[in-house]
Amino acid sequence: MVTSARSAATAWELLADVPDPEIPVLSVVDLGIVRAVEESEDGHAIAVTLTPTYSGCPATEVIARDVRAALEAAYDEVEVRTQLSPAWTTDWMSDAAREKLLGFGIAPPVGRVTLPLVDVGTPAACPRCGSGDVEQLAGFGSTPCKALWRCRACREPFDYFKQH
Amino acid sequence: MVSPTSEQLLTYADGALILSHRLSEWMSNAPTMEEDIALGNIALDLLGQARGLLQHLGNEDELAYFREPQEFRNPLLCELPNGDYAHAMIRQLFADAWFAEVWPQLAADGTVDIDVRGVAEKAVKENAYHWRHSSAWVVRLGDGTDESHRRTQDALDAIWPYRGEVASDQWYARVEPVLAQATLTTPGRDAWIQRGSADGWHTEHLGYLLAEMQSLARAHPGATW
Repeated sequence: MVTSARSAATAWELLADVPDPEIPVLSVVDLGIVRAVEESEDGHAIAVTLTPTYSGCPATEVIARDVRAALEAAYDEVEVRTQLSPAWTTDWMSDAAREKLLGFGIAPPVGRVTLPLVDVGTPAACPRCGSGDVEQLAGFGSTPCKALWRCRACREPFDYFKQH
Repeated sequence: MVSPTSEQLLTYADGALILSHRLSEWMSNAPTMEEDIALGNIALDLLGQARGLLQHLGNEDELAYFREPQEFRNPLLCELPNGDYAHAMIRQLFADAWFAEVWPQLAADGTVDIDVRGVAEKAVKENAYHWRHSSAWVVRLGDGTDESHRRTQDALDAIWPYRGEVASDQWYARVEPVLAQATLTTPGRDAWIQRGSADGWHTEHLGYLLAEMQSLARAHPGATW
């Protein structure tokens, strides 16, 4: 048990090591779902506010559990709060997160989200060969956040992290 | 703006829940694997939206699993059986057009609970993807082969009477251009409307759906994963 006074920075560092269970290359911090971290004055308690990515994303409950477990290693009391409004958006993902996605073979979301969401974006390039000659195969993919695309140049299918 | 009543929120929640269950019945039965995945994703979004509202309205498990058919407020449209893919996509188009009106209103309504607004803010974007999917399929099927056109027209004729519980001028303005592009003919705005859900009168299909959806929770009350 850590007993010295800790800073919120420590909590953010711990959270930066909690992966998204479905896209483990991203941490919950990269995803932008950690909205607030509040530490008690004596440093023994921590409250974290999470905003779910999608309404029915099955990873949401796993993430809350993993966040709790990571923080319990350093804090006596851990509270994980859920905040629904404002709703999560891919705009909250950092540039570093987008780079990590690309390195993982997932085309990151392109552009900023504007409502109503009419144009849902087009991946800038195939994450495998870099060609811009890409086409959508399906609007929905293996997780709520992704669509299935294909590169016409290298013929490989790839995931696109949808604008949301 | 008049704040939505609990009864209205229950209508939205039940609509999303029951339609989600219907879509889940397609799993492993959709015409292609991509469609299996699409309907699974859409069902999951709807389930999440329903849960968000039910959690606001009370105990979500009690509301979902321990109410009788007469206590459900979903529009009749949402409980209609799957039929063929044309039926599924026409039903989805009608429901997506309804939610396309419901969610932005809730998201912009400063008088409703902040968590309800949060559900709606999220759902606005999810609905945009659902609408793209259903409207594209209705056009593809309606303006497709002779057989796909015939089946989609049959589906439209069969489901049209159930539009009334969700249709507004805005709804017609959204749906009619898609149907026209799909070369389909509607029976008209004045055609017969079947109502009942606001008073708890449902089609005979809802009881069977609930029997399956609720059986596990009723056989093992309080069970958890």
